[in-house]
Amino acid sequence: MNIHEYQGKEVLRSYGVAVPNGKVAFSVEEAVEAAKELGTAVNVVKAQIHAGGRGKAGGVKVAKNLDEVRTYAEEILGKVLVTHQTGPEGKEVKRLLIEEGCDIKKEYYIGLVLDRATSQIVLMASEEGGTEIEEVAEKTPEKIFKEYIDPVTGLSAYQARRVAFNINIPKELVGQAVKFMMSLYTAFVEKDCSIAEINPLVVTGDGKVMALDAKLNFDSNALYRHKDILEYRDLEEEDEKEIEASKYDLSYIALDGNIGCMVNGAGLAMATMDIIKHYGGDPANFLDVGGGATAEKVTEAFKIILSDENVKGIFVNIFGGIMKCDVIATGVVEAAKQVSLSVPLVVRLEGTNVDAGKEILNQSGLDIVSADSMADGAQKIVSLVK
Amino acid sequence: MSVFINKDTKVIVQGITGSTALFHTKQMLEYGTKIVGGVTPGKGGTEVEGVPVFNTLSEAVKETGANASVIYVPAPFAADAILEAVDAELDLAICITEHIPVLDMVKVKRYMQGKKTRLVGPNCPGVITPDECKIGIMPGYIHTKGHVGVVSRSGTLTYEAVHQLTKAGIGQSTAVGIGGDPVNGTDFIDVLKAFNEDPETKAVIMIGEIGGTAEEEAAEWVKANMTKPVVGFIGGRTAPPGKRMGHAGAIISGGKGTADEKIRVMNECGIPVAETPSVMGETLINVLKEQGLLEECKTH
Repeated sequence: MNIHEYQGKEVLRSYGVAVPNGKVAFSVEEAVEAAKELGTAVNVVKAQIHAGGRGKAGGVKVAKNLDEVRTYAEEILGKVLVTHQTGPEGKEVKRLLIEEGCDIKKEYYIGLVLDRATSQIVLMASEEGGTEIEEVAEKTPEKIFKEYIDPVTGLSAYQARRVAFNINIPKELVGQAVKFMMSLYTAFVEKDCSIAEINPLVVTGDGKVMALDAKLNFDSNALYRHKDILEYRDLEEEDEKEIEASKYDLSYIALDGNIGCMVNGAGLAMATMDIIKHYGGDPANFLDVGGGATAEKVTEAFKIILSDENVKGIFVNIFGGIMKCDVIATGVVEAAKQVSLSVPLVVRLEGTNVDAGKEILNQSGLDIVSADSMADGAQKIVSLVK
Repeated sequence: MSVFINKDTKVIVQGITGSTALFHTKQMLEYGTKIVGGVTPGKGGTEVEGVPVFNTLSEAVKETGANASVIYVPAPFAADAILEAVDAELDLAICITEHIPVLDMVKVKRYMQGKKTRLVGPNCPGVITPDECKIGIMPGYIHTKGHVGVVSRSGTLTYEAVHQLTKAGIGQSTAVGIGGDPVNGTDFIDVLKAFNEDPETKAVIMIGEIGGTAEEEAAEWVKANMTKPVVGFIGGRTAPPGKRMGHAGAIISGGKGTADEKIRVMNECGIPVAETPSVMGETLINVLKEQGLLEECKTH
């Protein structure tokens, strides 16, 4: 789960990670009020959307007085920012972070992320802050330093120190940098983050080490134990159909095509998208109904697929293991009745309770095209929507 | 022969009284798996499907002599169940549970270092040696005993591959689902090694998906060590970057983990990759023909 920068900074502040003072604003008046309260000579007006690249898209402005705060807030609020992470449609700015300006001496990069190859958290750092870390990794890999963290001991002070010296933090500030990294690691582990990226980490003219930006992502599987983090969820940043799907534990991702897909298992769902493309079609979504789906959930899944106006046909591809074919069939029949289905429906069933499932579909009186294999099903649905 | 499990494997079901576990315990028993006990704290002394239930795993192992377990415990408690299996010194623990927090698995993985137990999963369909032992949630009837090993990150794609093989008259030695999570117990290389050493296995299908670099590492291992033919498939060729495709591990991020890159490396390492998921079996059969192994692998 993603959260906004200002929310990430709230989390970090509660762990003693140094961040600039700032306030969130939902309107121009609130923005001006926030700047007054901060009382600093220079403020930064920052667009809050769930995407990086805001600065380049005109979503971050430095204001030297309250009038400028007002001007920039008016300009940015309601603006649609298009960055490399938003897609061409962009994202509308609905919240601002008004933050005290600081005198930046140098920018660094600090990030924590899971390293899959070693099954450990890795701390990555570079003195090339402010730019995309992937770019640094590609052009100057020798400028990225990594420390692998043993979950038993956590991040050790010597590791944090080594990183601080490696990225050339001024030696009188190494102590602060170490404390910063240790606190960041504690926050990461205690809140079940999947990414904690501070880009840039800055050293200021008055000798402080702090997070100028903060990107925190959380492991959605661990949110059940972090009610406080769940409250940060901003539904306006998410796709409506994806939100609806998540209510029923369905894994749904909207795509651009016109063939709705309902599949069990993430691997098969991905492969179903691939094979539809292979036969010249275009999937409208990725949808994994999961292992524990009930007929009711399947019905909801069907409705979500059909709520996408682009959908001109549906391909149900099920290989039952933990998921039983009769449950899928019952849900499909129920859904088709409830929504009075008007687009072609191709169903391929195999696996646990397959005979019972096929029987339910046959008895339903619905106009269902059945398929013997996923290739057969994909070809049929592609030709039906053409 | 086979890998990891056979007709003598004695299995405990951890979390046996949950509805999914009950259904699959019945299916496993029908398949002929030696389910010797179950564990649900507080339900010790009862019986389900004729199987005795114990309060703790150590008690269950002591009473039954089990050497393997299958875990259906809900995600918030699943990591603890794996630790319990390691503590009980089982040879094998297979964790079916999905949605385990990844930092729980980071700790589990560290705890397991140097310990005896092999973990398969989590978030996997399990392991099956056809006609001998089925541990997990896969539909038994699609399998046939034979000589092709299957290893996969995806449950349903494993079924797809097995089904294609069976329909073509090609049996399987063992099918292993290693699971779709970013941190798991047994990886591709562990399974490939086991298949390489297993005299009954003549060839292998390896099914990967986007995210991480496990397939690339496995391909390099195959090139350097494997004496048997391997074919592959990678799911997620058309997946958009930055979107998690259901599995926690299936995500293209920072330009890494793309299907094209994996397929390129696998091809370079001598692993033919099926163009679509519906020709995984066909791709293997072509290789078996080329290498004169087809007759040997046909189910008689």
